[in-house]
Amino acid sequence: MVFSDWLSLQVAALLTLGIVSFLYKDNPFYKICESIFLGISAGYWFVVLFWENMVPKLYDNIALMTSDPVTGAGVPRVLYVIALILGIMMLMRLFPKLGWLSRWPLSVVVGATAGLWFLTYLNSNALVQLRATLLPIVAFAAIRSGEGTGLVSWFGKYLGNLTIIIGTVTGLIYFYFSKEHRGVFGQTARIGIYFLMVTFGASFGYTVMSRMSLLIGRIDFLITEWWPSVTAGWM
Amino acid sequence: MTFADRILTIDRRWIFLVVAVALTVPFFLNVTCKSRVSPEVRTLFAAVEALRPNSKVLISFDYDPASEPELNPMAEAFLKFAFTRRLKLIMLGLWPQGPLEVDRNLARVFEDEQIRALDLQYGIDYVNLGYQSGNEFAIQGMGASIHNVFPADVRGTPTGDIPIMQDVQNFSNIDFVFNLSAGYPGTVEWVQVAADRFGVTLGAGNTAVQAPLAYPYLGAGQLTGLLGGMKGGAEFEELTGFEGKATKYMVSQTAAHLVVILFIVVGNAAFFATQRRARKLGGDA
Repeated sequence: MVFSDWLSLQVAALLTLGIVSFLYKDNPFYKICESIFLGISAGYWFVVLFWENMVPKLYDNIALMTSDPVTGAGVPRVLYVIALILGIMMLMRLFPKLGWLSRWPLSVVVGATAGLWFLTYLNSNALVQLRATLLPIVAFAAIRSGEGTGLVSWFGKYLGNLTIIIGTVTGLIYFYFSKEHRGVFGQTARIGIYFLMVTFGASFGYTVMSRMSLLIGRIDFLITEWWPSVTAGWM
Repeated sequence: MTFADRILTIDRRWIFLVVAVALTVPFFLNVTCKSRVSPEVRTLFAAVEALRPNSKVLISFDYDPASEPELNPMAEAFLKFAFTRRLKLIMLGLWPQGPLEVDRNLARVFEDEQIRALDLQYGIDYVNLGYQSGNEFAIQGMGASIHNVFPADVRGTPTGDIPIMQDVQNFSNIDFVFNLSAGYPGTVEWVQVAADRFGVTLGAGNTAVQAPLAYPYLGAGQLTGLLGGMKGGAEFEELTGFEGKATKYMVSQTAAHLVVILFIVVGNAAFFATQRRARKLGGDA
């Protein structure tokens, strides 16, 4: 292993141990590692945004210009110039007296985003999802196919669709606040809460798995990459 | 102080220590953990298996090194499986670090004798188109022209000059899209734009924390299959036969989960025991 590779492994291990040391208690070693991480992240993202957005998407488009179809002379791409002006107006937030100017580009961003994504969200997250809940109470097609055995498969065939239907209806009722949650309506909303709790529980379980995975990754690094480099040294 | 009181006032660092031990010890044991393959992993596997040789598969690496332990095993198994099926792979990233992840995964995949024996050629069998900013707008642009969104690959070769890209204009020339996602932009955007707007057949591999967001798309048929977290990766490795780090890590993962469950059960039992005693003492008074 060459010295530069060996050194990078030692730095990576030190930073890993420094961050993990916070679990014992807050300490200067952790603070140093945290500051290094924040500083490098800020620098990295500044460079990425500058070279991947500002230069190719704005500067190049203004500098290259388009050619006039009649005279052939270069004319600026007006839309990009407008984008530049809006971008500068956004930065006016830094000056209290001119801060009001930043509301204009902000309104363009909010309006354009809302307009562009209204249909996308309506289709993908509402209409298609709604259609997916219009199900037969029992999954006859799955039963006829005869695929799958065991309790999970049985549940999926006979109770899966019913669970989706009940969960959707009771969940929607829970979020209906124009009527007081009392009597049958209140009981139905309560069932909706149970479905929400199961959903949050599943999300929590997945989050635990995700965080454990990250820790496993670091432990694997320490055991299989860093420790052998410590014992072997560099050549 | 009773045992229940002691449990409820235990220093949290003891819990960290027990979890760390549970995660570390399996690395030194020769134990494997068999995963039951879930339907969403099976459907993804079946969709890729059904593709004919030379089909074009677009893989978007939308993650960074922070998510490597979860997503690299999926990427590795998928690449190996796709290469052995003789699929043509067009890889890119909507995260700046995506193309680097492509290269790192390819390097590990090519360490495999079986893959090296295939004599795969860059530009003919696979390509790394690099990173493009713009998030969902980049995906939308690819629906019209992939060449416009990615004018050159990571090596600077114009996209039009790359053999694998010559009969690929947009999503209509892509047979399958696989998205490895750790957040935004990721699977949600690929579903909303590529699958729902352009009718692309889409499969995904997600970090576990993000998987619950993708499951509704799976149920509605907007996603063909889903690998959720490390367990999804281990299941896919089992199906493809390319057992790797996800399978190895699942032992530690299982041990850690058992410890967490044990702490939850013991903590709750102690909590209810102290509550009951407090009520009893209150009643006696």
